[in-house]
Amino acid sequence: MNQRKPAIVAEHLTRRFGTFLAVDRVSFRVYEGEIFGFLGANGAGKTTVIRMLCGLLAPSDGNAWTAGFNVRTQVEQIKQHIGYMSQKFSLYEDLTVRENLAFYGGLYHLRRDQIQQKKQQLFQQLELAAFETTLARDLPLGFKQRLALSCALLHDPPVLFLDEPTSGVDPRARRDFWGLIQSLARSGKTIFVTTHFMEEAEYCHRVAIMHEGKIVAMDTPETLKARSRKSSMQQVFVSLIQQQLTES
Amino acid sequence: MRRPRSRIAAIALKEFWHILHDPRSLTIIFLLPVIQLIMFGYALNLEIQKVELAIIDLDRTPASRELIQHFEGSPFFEVMAFRAPISQIETLFLRRKARAVLIIPADYSRQRQQGTTVDLQLIIDASDPNAAINISNYCQQIVEAVPTTRLAPPPAPFEVKSTIWFNPDMKSAYFFVPGLLALLLVMISALLTSVAITREKETGTLEQLLVSPVTPVEIILGKVIPYVLLAFLDGVGILLIGVFVFQVPFTGSAVLLAFLTLLYIITALSLGLMISTVTSTQQVAMMAAQSATLLPTLFLSGFIFPLRSLPWILQLISYIVPARYYLVIVRGIMLKGNTLPQLITPALFLMGLSTVLLIIAGKRFKTTLEA
Ligand SMILES: Nc1ncnc2c1ncn2[C@@H]1O[C@H](COP(=O)(O)OP(=O)(O)OP(=O)(O)O)[C@@H](O)[C@H]1O
Ligand SMILES: [Mg+2]
Repeated sequence: MNQRKPAIVAEHLTRRFGTFLAVDRVSFRVYEGEIFGFLGANGAGKTTVIRMLCGLLAPSDGNAWTAGFNVRTQVEQIKQHIGYMSQKFSLYEDLTVRENLAFYGGLYHLRRDQIQQKKQQLFQQLELAAFETTLARDLPLGFKQRLALSCALLHDPPVLFLDEPTSGVDPRARRDFWGLIQSLARSGKTIFVTTHFMEEAEYCHRVAIMHEGKIVAMDTPETLKARSRKSSMQQVFVSLIQQQLTES
Repeated sequence: MRRPRSRIAAIALKEFWHILHDPRSLTIIFLLPVIQLIMFGYALNLEIQKVELAIIDLDRTPASRELIQHFEGSPFFEVMAFRAPISQIETLFLRRKARAVLIIPADYSRQRQQGTTVDLQLIIDASDPNAAINISNYCQQIVEAVPTTRLAPPPAPFEVKSTIWFNPDMKSAYFFVPGLLALLLVMISALLTSVAITREKETGTLEQLLVSPVTPVEIILGKVIPYVLLAFLDGVGILLIGVFVFQVPFTGSAVLLAFLTLLYIITALSLGLMISTVTSTQQVAMMAAQSATLLPTLFLSGFIFPLRSLPWILQLISYIVPARYYLVIVRGIMLKGNTLPQLITPALFLMGLSTVLLIIAGKRFKTTLEA
């Protein structure tokens, strides 16, 4: 990865809920065109980090910039420059594929002809065309996921946040989906993705492993594997977590 | 090239799609008022018309027959002659053969000729006190049309307190049409908005909205506009049925009523909005909206019970029931032809109420979004 401009910068990013420390002084950079994976068990704090980077949640401490804008002071600009696919596919189940897209397009002030054009392109790329008038609730899960991705991509954001985009989706659909993500990254989009499927980490350019609110390791999958002399990310993750548990 | 669509329009359009995709709720929105109107109208009108009245004529003179004809000419009574001894009146009531008995005294014609006031005795089955009051009032009207007659005060066992359903023309439609209008508008507005917003919380789409550039004000306006329109259409429907089917007079200004109705709808929507900020599931929102609107509007607005007849604590609560003010407005405009200066007090109260609700809801809405 040739080091270009950073698209996301986090410095000692911290979030407390009451006295509970959900995210503890997390620092990292994600560069333009990079696929950055956030790995961690349930409750590690992945979603909380994403919500802070999107401007949905104010940090308790530390600071962060997304697409060059500060998450504390420039939330409005951030919103124009990010796409977000939340943990549960937040689609309107009782609306059709076309209506879902038209609505999200409208939210970004897109003109109808712009929505139409972008829609055609995404339909082709994501093979959704056959479902245009299908209700979202009747879509197979894999296609729901693609529709959610389309909605997040309509306004052509340079930075994309995907929170466990592949949970509940069958292995084939997951492979296809990662293919899409890789082509999006090649076209210059920055992708911040969380998952708890360790094998998916192999698709990422770099990963950060999170445990109880802290980043415990961060590098390319190859380096992480080499350093701990393991053959898969699954093993790397297990050994890292065990190490954390014995230390504490 | 078309102009970019406004985000408010995008949200409003989406709400319409939701409504269109859910024919059940659409049916409820438009059928409920009609069903309720028919229920109220049918039940009340039948009760007031064709009341079985037994007349015991102890006088049997042309004068007493003239009085009986007056009753027979009224659509409210189904008159039957009754000759059995007065001691059997009770069985008449028990077998539900009659709901009222009128006794014309033996000296009826003589007293009238002498010009003295005649006392007629009316005995009413008061097991339904509302109906009893109505019957008594109708009889009063008919008897008063005959010179120098009047009803004797009712004997103690049938004494009823006159509190409920009173209006000078004895037309219950005058009361239930405005009341139903107030009830349905507040229920539809509060229920639909609170459910529409909590639905987005429940499904997680609210979070998706919040990462887009849309502002809370745009969300609220976009969501509320479709329901304002629906509620308004419903209101117009109820009024048309009220005026053309139930013959409720409309003496005042339709524009003024439309304007103040809008104010009432906005108050109800603010209530719905506030409910949506304290509930996180549609089920709970629905229940909260119902309990905040249905019973207070029925009982604490002056719709069914006059406010003066309530215990003081309920009278106090009634000040925050929007229907209390709206009923004064609708009745005033429809029945009395009131103009704005006469209705300024309830209008100001509504405005104050909606402002307070909106401020609280707006503040709470923002904080729930941030949590
Ligand atoms: N709004 C909140 N109020 C209180 N605690 C919260 C809140 N949001 C998250 N938490 C807590 O913070 C911790 C981290 O949550 P987060 O959702 O970020 O984890 P995650 O890594 O995304 O987990 P998952 O894989 O289950 O999605 C959890 O223990 C969670 O209970
Ligand atoms: Mg999560």
